[in-house]
Amino acid sequence: MAEKTSNKSVLFNPFSKDNPVVVQILGICSVLAVTAKLEPAIVMGLSVIAVLAFSNVIISLLRNTIPTNIRIIVQLVVVAGLVVIVSQLLQAYAYDVSKQLSVFIGLIITNCILMGRLEAFAMGNRPWPSFLDGVGNGIGYTVILVIVGFFRELLGSGTLLGHQVVPQCFYEAGYVNNGLMILPPMALVVVACIIWVQRSVNKDLQEK
Amino acid sequence: MNSIRKFFDKARPAFEPGGRLSALGSVFDGFETFMLTPRTTSGPGSVHVHDAIDSKRTMIVVVAALMPCFFFGMYNTGYQHWLALGATEFPFWQLMLYGLLAVLPRVVVTYAVGLGIEFAFAQWRKEEIQEGFLVTGILIPMICPIETPLWMLAVATAFAVVFAKEVFGGTGYNVVNVALVARAFLFFAYPAQMSGDKVFVATGTALGYGAPVADGFTCATPLGQIATHSEGALALTGVDGHALTAWDAFVGLIPGSFGETSMLCILIGAAILLFSGMANWRIMLSVFAGGLLMGWVANTFSTPLYPASMLPAWEQLLYGGFGFAAVFMATDPVTAARTDTGKWIYGFLIGVIAVLIRVYNNGYPEGAMLAVLLMNVFSSLIDWCVVQANIRRRMRRLTAKTSES
Repeated sequence: MAEKTSNKSVLFNPFSKDNPVVVQILGICSVLAVTAKLEPAIVMGLSVIAVLAFSNVIISLLRNTIPTNIRIIVQLVVVAGLVVIVSQLLQAYAYDVSKQLSVFIGLIITNCILMGRLEAFAMGNRPWPSFLDGVGNGIGYTVILVIVGFFRELLGSGTLLGHQVVPQCFYEAGYVNNGLMILPPMALVVVACIIWVQRSVNKDLQEK
Repeated sequence: MNSIRKFFDKARPAFEPGGRLSALGSVFDGFETFMLTPRTTSGPGSVHVHDAIDSKRTMIVVVAALMPCFFFGMYNTGYQHWLALGATEFPFWQLMLYGLLAVLPRVVVTYAVGLGIEFAFAQWRKEEIQEGFLVTGILIPMICPIETPLWMLAVATAFAVVFAKEVFGGTGYNVVNVALVARAFLFFAYPAQMSGDKVFVATGTALGYGAPVADGFTCATPLGQIATHSEGALALTGVDGHALTAWDAFVGLIPGSFGETSMLCILIGAAILLFSGMANWRIMLSVFAGGLLMGWVANTFSTPLYPASMLPAWEQLLYGGFGFAAVFMATDPVTAARTDTGKWIYGFLIGVIAVLIRVYNNGYPEGAMLAVLLMNVFSSLIDWCVVQANIRRRMRRLTAKTSES
């Protein structure tokens, strides 16, 4: 029973209370880079979920055989292999999006969330909890990406997933898309707003 | 005065904790201190000194210093509009009325939005209402083009007040100048409405007054003309095509943001600020010195590739928002450097960077706003370095003294 509740918290804690982006403040660079539109944000999120879950499992399986002094290199090799696979898959089946994401799929290797989870969790836990931890953190990251991407695309381009959402009559009445939302600084402001809302809801997260 | 006092005394119980309207306590407090002096005084035998210059009085002096620019902006708005209509006579009061009607909605909108947010935050945090928005609210319409749509002003004001001021703790805690954040927000979010050759001259009717100008009318500001200048000698023209001189720019009868055009009125404002001790002369002087130096360097190595470098150094100071930024923006005591040496460095770098951006980045015709924002961010670092240098110097002196004896 104890095992089960801990598995559950391993999976669900990263959604909000232990969110990798807005609580641990990891992986901010890619949040700035890929969220100008919603679609690349979703694809990026799914890629990170896949890479994180499987690298967690692989490292967890190997955890007792990896010599401590070269563990970072082993982790990097595993992540790099998975990233190459994801990148090739995207190029094969979603070429346009992979063009938009350009180097940022490759840069998943350097995403702090990955190294963080591998070091902090997979090195000391069994494969199944590690898998759940990877999926949970990946989803936590994706949720933030999607929220940021939603607001930036809606306010910056007036579209969602490429479809026009803001009606034409708005533009005729003088409404103009906010060009600043497309620029990276506004991603930080949106993330800050999410943190603001989350901290006001979860009072125990507020720093003293 | 007595009747006002009685009115507030009668209304007070309802707003005190436990009263019917206690949720609006800070609003009541704000209005009471606005009409009368604050009720909180240090008691007899206390060692605290209350200065009559509280932040409300300070703000009012700054607003008074802005008034020459404001009234001139009204006149100039009307004047440019009449020019655009092709008029040959310029009736003073009609020009003023047009300018007033054109700017009034902007002032009302910025104050309503900004004060609304301030009031809401004060209620929410159960704090007193801060009067910081008094100056910001008049600054924002003055540093924006007269044709900025009202809803954009509202959005920018809301953004600036919330993200540049309230999240840092409210009045006096902001890192960067709130009015400039609103301006920068507009500039980056809605570039088509904030720059170019269509927005700096009022072309429509103002609340039904004046006449619409023919479609397709365009006139760029002097700096806008310089930035898009391609070849040949630099010749600046006004709205109706007449040549502009440096004298026009000094007086301010040129297209530009509402309150920024007149160097003359800015200097009057500067005199008021310096005389009343509200602004620091070191900052003003060093901004102008920095601008002159950078203008001189740019002019010495002038090249047609960067048309603004063909302006003589002293003319750089007359155009765009340079003077306004130097006198009213850079001297903001909250965001400027605190140490005297720091103030020299801070102001000097603002002047240098403003001209640097203006001359060597053809994408930005004006750089004063960005220069002040940038140095706002660095001002505490400058102060830290100055203080550390001072500590080191005194430490050396101390060790020298102790080793002597």
